[in-house]
Amino acid sequence: MAEQKTTTGVVKPEIPEADVIHPMENLLRMDRMPHIWCSSCGIGIAVTAFTAALEKAKMDPNMVSIVSGIGCTGRVAGYVKLDSFHTTHGRPIAFGTGIRVANPNIKVVVFSGDGDLIAIGGNHFIHAARRNIDMLVVCVNNFIYAMTGGQVAPTTPLAAYATTSPYGCVEPPFNIPYLAESSGAVYVARWTALHVRRLTNSLAEALQKKGFSVVEVISPCAMYYSRINRLGDGLDMMRFYHDNVEIRHGEDTKNLDIGFQTKIICGKFVDRERPTYMERYSQWLTEVKGAKK
Amino acid sequence: MKTDPKGVLTGSHELSGNHACAEGAFAAGCRFLGCYPIVPALEISQRFLERAPAVGATFIQMEDEVSVLAAVLGASWTGKRSMTVTSGPGLSLMMEHLGLGVMLETPCVIVDVQMVGPGLGIPTRPSQGDMMQSRWGSHGDYEIVALAPSSPQEMFDFMIKAFNFSERYRIPVAVMSDEYVAHLVERVVIPPADAIELVPRRYYKGRKDNYLPFKRDKDFVPPMVDIGKGYRFHVTGLTHDNRGYPIMFEECQEYNVHPLVRKIRHFADEIVEVQESNLDDAEVILVSYGATSRAARKAMEEARKSGIKVGSLKLVTVWPFPEKRVAELAKRVKAFVVPEMNFGQIVLEVERCSYGAANVFFIPHGEKGVEYTEDIQAVIKRAVQEKNIKDGVIECVSKGV
Repeated sequence: MAEQKTTTGVVKPEIPEADVIHPMENLLRMDRMPHIWCSSCGIGIAVTAFTAALEKAKMDPNMVSIVSGIGCTGRVAGYVKLDSFHTTHGRPIAFGTGIRVANPNIKVVVFSGDGDLIAIGGNHFIHAARRNIDMLVVCVNNFIYAMTGGQVAPTTPLAAYATTSPYGCVEPPFNIPYLAESSGAVYVARWTALHVRRLTNSLAEALQKKGFSVVEVISPCAMYYSRINRLGDGLDMMRFYHDNVEIRHGEDTKNLDIGFQTKIICGKFVDRERPTYMERYSQWLTEVKGAKK
Repeated sequence: MKTDPKGVLTGSHELSGNHACAEGAFAAGCRFLGCYPIVPALEISQRFLERAPAVGATFIQMEDEVSVLAAVLGASWTGKRSMTVTSGPGLSLMMEHLGLGVMLETPCVIVDVQMVGPGLGIPTRPSQGDMMQSRWGSHGDYEIVALAPSSPQEMFDFMIKAFNFSERYRIPVAVMSDEYVAHLVERVVIPPADAIELVPRRYYKGRKDNYLPFKRDKDFVPPMVDIGKGYRFHVTGLTHDNRGYPIMFEECQEYNVHPLVRKIRHFADEIVEVQESNLDDAEVILVSYGATSRAARKAMEEARKSGIKVGSLKLVTVWPFPEKRVAELAKRVKAFVVPEMNFGQIVLEVERCSYGAANVFFIPHGEKGVEYTEDIQAVIKRAVQEKNIKDGVIECVSKGV
């Protein structure tokens, strides 16, 4: 897209006249298109599913705030037309916690990648789950740090290649649903970029859920993960998901490890009730104020 | 704008610096605290938490200082005046979000109760070792406002100043206390709520679909909006244009980052505040801030009794540094004497701004702090007798060290 610089220094992109209105135009920042993601990347699919879920769950877009960290998925906040924040690496959950605690009427959505949320942001992830902060966390897992050039991530399967594991990954990966459940999340699901309809339903359900909800979205990264591991292009990855995904709702999250090109178990694993942070907080507040009267 | 009377504990109280800090925050309209336990700052959060239900404030103790400041920035965007309290090691962890706060132009206050560093240092002893870190600690270019209180009363008053600066210029403001001021108990007079003037947040008032988060007013400060008001804005920590969208060109860096610096430098005269005494006939000037200014004041009084013409320049705002005033004074005095509870930080600024026109004596106080007026007096005598202008900072090792 050609970009112009005006005398005031304001950079205004030229927006071509659109013949067709995008169905999600009211929820996307069309003046930022085209987005930065590679063709055959799954992040765009996750964003489409998310915007569809917002409509499906009948959320008031003025009362939803989206926070992203750094990385390919970290750019999501910049394309979604909500009150959106692009924050530091690994800290969107902490930033979102501040929003939610300071204004409990805002639904906070954290949209970020596996490296951002599980490596550098791992501490914030487990503590927000423990506190049960009312928040939806969408974790797009492409098994690699893609924006920086394909480095090994805490989700890279054993033996898979990455630019910083040239002889194959030697570290066992995190099982995100297991981590989320054992830390206290009330809703945990996993889908791939192939399962758009199920992913949309799951996100809509999670948006309405009170408490810390985690939806993991397995996404192809044709540019780095597939290429260095010789797994073909995005379409081949989709075909792999088609052939190797098994849907098992309610599966024990212990069994959800992902190996290198092994079967991937998807579904909704956890859907339970726990008092949220703000519920406990206001209960405590009522007791304190009651005691003082 | 008058402050909300709910938070103001009007009257005369015996308060420690830390407790006065919490009261000052409430009086300044602060309604969100993010905290993480650290000696010697923890009494601030304890006091805040105890009083929060009555005042109507919220708080959260996060998992580390990194997330604390992230949460404070998030809370500030909901419209609540927000702050955090910490000490040296915590401030080091907060540097990441200090930079983000500057880039997102988010008003907030960081109270740093300085302890002896580096590393683990001595958490129970005072220091002024974080002065340069507060100004330069985060990567990239930015300007910050930092205030240095020297008593519980000033701790209270400076909290109100700090929140006002943060809202006026949309920046994180640092209040650089130290362990001495934190645990010093003195009389604090809290005025009635209608005597406390607050700078209101500058809100955007135009059409909702027309809001540009970084379209600056003439004073380089862009008006803000709150989350959940239907503006559906985007802000990013990347270099951005006035829509808040990332644009990675050098021109945009100039467009985006230069105002962050300019909005403070341009208004430095409005921000800078110093307390001067006996400067008219002074041959030597003591430049001090925070707890050391108490020792400096005592040393000045003693020296005056023995007939030495000494004045005092006490910095209320350490950043921005009172460059013009120091340069002016350098032309007509023999020397500056700078006592600090560190091994040379603000003295470098004094030396820089004196442009070789006056000698600059430095007394590194280590952690012995404010009891050390004898050393200051000895250095004053030396400074008066010194005939030639010497190069650089003249370090005077104190006898006690």
